[in-house]
Amino acid sequence: MTQYLLSVWHDKDATPEDIYPDPAEREASYAETGTFNEELRASGNWVFAGGLHSPNTATVVDGTGDEPVTTDGPYSESKEQIGGFWVVEAADLDAAIELAARGSKACRGKVEVRPFQGE
Amino acid sequence: MSTTPHGEVEAIYRAEFGTVVASLTGRFRDLDLAEEMAQEAFVEAVRRWPTEGVPPNPGGWLTVVARNKALDRLRRESTRQARHEEAEMLTAHEDPAGPVTSVTDERLRLLFTCCHPALSREAQVALTLRLLGGLTVPEVANAFLVPERTMAQRITRAKRKIAAANIPYRVPRDHELPGRLRGVLAVVYLVFTEGHLPGSGADGIRDDLCAEAIRLGRVLRQLMPDEPEVAGLLALMLLTDARRAARVDAGGALVTLDEQDRSLWDTAKIAEGHDLVRECLRRNRPGHYQLLAAVNAVHTDAATAADTDWGQVLALYDQLYAVTPTQVVALNRAVALAEVEGAASALVVVDGLDLDAYHPYHATRADLLRRLGRHPEAVAAYDRAIELTANPAEGALLAARRDALT
Repeated sequence: MTQYLLSVWHDKDATPEDIYPDPAEREASYAETGTFNEELRASGNWVFAGGLHSPNTATVVDGTGDEPVTTDGPYSESKEQIGGFWVVEAADLDAAIELAARGSKACRGKVEVRPFQGE
Repeated sequence: MSTTPHGEVEAIYRAEFGTVVASLTGRFRDLDLAEEMAQEAFVEAVRRWPTEGVPPNPGGWLTVVARNKALDRLRRESTRQARHEEAEMLTAHEDPAGPVTSVTDERLRLLFTCCHPALSREAQVALTLRLLGGLTVPEVANAFLVPERTMAQRITRAKRKIAAANIPYRVPRDHELPGRLRGVLAVVYLVFTEGHLPGSGADGIRDDLCAEAIRLGRVLRQLMPDEPEVAGLLALMLLTDARRAARVDAGGALVTLDEQDRSLWDTAKIAEGHDLVRECLRRNRPGHYQLLAAVNAVHTDAATAADTDWGQVLALYDQLYAVTPTQVVALNRAVALAEVEGAASALVVVDGLDLDAYHPYHATRADLLRRLGRHPEAVAAYDRAIELTANPAEGALLAARRDALT
């Protein structure tokens, strides 16, 4: 078994209204994501999951010097930012890809699959 | 047993390398180890076979020698107790002359792992040629005209991803198989087309890559004899490669199908390709490669260009467009349409396509305009095609066509 980070990516400025222009569609997506989470628990793939506030709520802390330095904003300036994630345990990459496909469909976003280092 | 010249060992190397790597990967689940030990087994073969002779089952000999070397390596390197126990469990050394079980499935598993969609296409091609085709890293680098270091990194990164992301070592399940097989066929065909019409470099045709792709096609056919698209791809490659000797003239320029000296065609490859196409027709489960093979079967069936059954070619392209509705297929269909209905009808179709960056689009358009007597427009289209093609033989052909108009 390998643990994978399934991260959901959105445009950095996207509000929930941008991602789901139709409120009914947003409700449907939330409901499907909830169902998917329950299925992950039932199948034993679940480790952890969470949705994140928008990137402009992020703070960067650099503790490598003598004094911690705190700055506003997400670390990466890239246009795409992480909006939420799952940590799952799966038999292999094919199994993780199947889970990611279901998660992607539920939350209406592209999902990156990345393995955790083992041991 | 007889003594062997070095060339024979080379041939066995190419033929057996994939089998040895596949067998070791199946056993140890470690591509790096499998690759290195396969390499070492061949070093031993090169050392021993010239004096001891080639064993009756060279593939089996190499597999057992490589496996024993892997066990030695694991024992030597096992610092952790678990690893050590694992190595102990893997039994004692085996006799290289002993029987070896079937490794057919192992090779297929290796192929699907090398062509996993989580890997980039270029990594898929590199891994397939290296691990299954037995090409050395410098050979793979040379085939794609990239520095050896770049290719070595590409292969290392891909293997690392397979291990880290836990890409499974297995033949995909039934519901995944059609999509995954398409990926494998695309890799093999990419190797072939890179050989047949290189996008870069000084050579018009690279025989070594064509031969390697056909060899991989034969392996696939042996492993998946019931897949019509596998037969279709092999037939397509054979029927295309059969015309190789006639495709380039003495000056290095490409010769188009209608002007080729058909006596130079390889009749054995044509016969084999036609047999495969007939087999596909009997199965009646048409697909992309089968239909392309059938088009090539029609061409290679004609004694002269004038004998070509263009109505049949057009009908096949209609079927192909139904399976693969792309602009490139539409362009090739238009070439057949020009022969059946005339250049004017074909030009209407071609002008409706959006393929400005694709040099065959401009080459086809130029030929149609030339046939319609619209020479200034034809010259401009030839210029654009020449500008876009990276293949020297094709550039020479297009320049000759253009210059004949001015």
